[in-house]
Amino acid sequence: MRNIILPELGEGIEKATVSYWFVKEGDRVNLKDDLVEITTDKAAFNIPAPCSGILTQIILHEGDTVRIGEILGVIEED
Amino acid sequence: MEIRVFNLGITDFENVWKLQRDLVVQAENAIIPFNLVVCQHYPVFTCGRKTDVNTILATEKKAREEGIRVYVIERGGDITYHGPGQVTVYPVFDLRFLKKDLHWFLRSLEEVALELLVEFGARGERKTGMTGAWFGACKFASIGIAVKNWITFHGMSINVKRDDLRNFQLIKPCGMDIEMTCLENILGLNLKIDEIKRIVVRKIGELISQGITRPGLLWQYEQRAPYYVSLSGSIRMTVGQ
Repeated sequence: MRNIILPELGEGIEKATVSYWFVKEGDRVNLKDDLVEITTDKAAFNIPAPCSGILTQIILHEGDTVRIGEILGVIEED
Repeated sequence: MEIRVFNLGITDFENVWKLQRDLVVQAENAIIPFNLVVCQHYPVFTCGRKTDVNTILATEKKAREEGIRVYVIERGGDITYHGPGQVTVYPVFDLRFLKKDLHWFLRSLEEVALELLVEFGARGERKTGMTGAWFGACKFASIGIAVKNWITFHGMSINVKRDDLRNFQLIKPCGMDIEMTCLENILGLNLKIDEIKRIVVRKIGELISQGITRPGLLWQYEQRAPYYVSLSGSIRMTVGQ
């Protein structure tokens, strides 16, 4: 199992908003595929898949607030 | 160190959107970390991630009557207008060579617009929580970016010509009730788009040369993958060391 975590986005940025999931639960993803996009201020930031596998769980959904280091979802790694 | 600059003149939005995505792929594949597209657009409305569906539908109706196309795109922010009286810049930059800091990059773009005004002896300002560059209560530069694997695309449009502000009245720019202005109105001058382009490109070059944090890595990067891929219309601008 591999957690998808919101990385540091810059100084003073503590949270962002989940704006778009490119895949849905149960979908297969490959390493570096577009996975989820978050927005802060006027920037949309794309988080790529950290590994290949199946996206088993979306924890934070579109419109949710996510804090730095928080888990957005889970991939069952190959 | 070099930035590859694409000075494209008045260009269809869709072509430039595609070019940016191609440049992102090139940057991802370690071909070139700094690309700058500078252009004007035929009139177009673009909707960012914050634009709600009702706004998109209402804008499409109005835009159709005016013969203006609407694009829903992957940048941050809300709706805006692009036209031939603006200078629009799209920095496709790998932030791993600058700062991995989204807000730093947004503030840097604002700085470029504010410095541009200073060149003409005027002073603009930022407004907290309202990204962009302002002159008094009016906005003259709009910003919205997307970032993929720390590579930026989309960017900033600076209103230059006074005869290209009318189409902003068809929308609520950035989703707000704000008034847009332009450099010609602020300065009381008639300006040439090419002159503004030259200053903006120079200012962005200065930003890059001040911000580079990993020159060693960049050197390895270039050694591993020389990037002299030719694309028509590009020039190279040397910055920094």
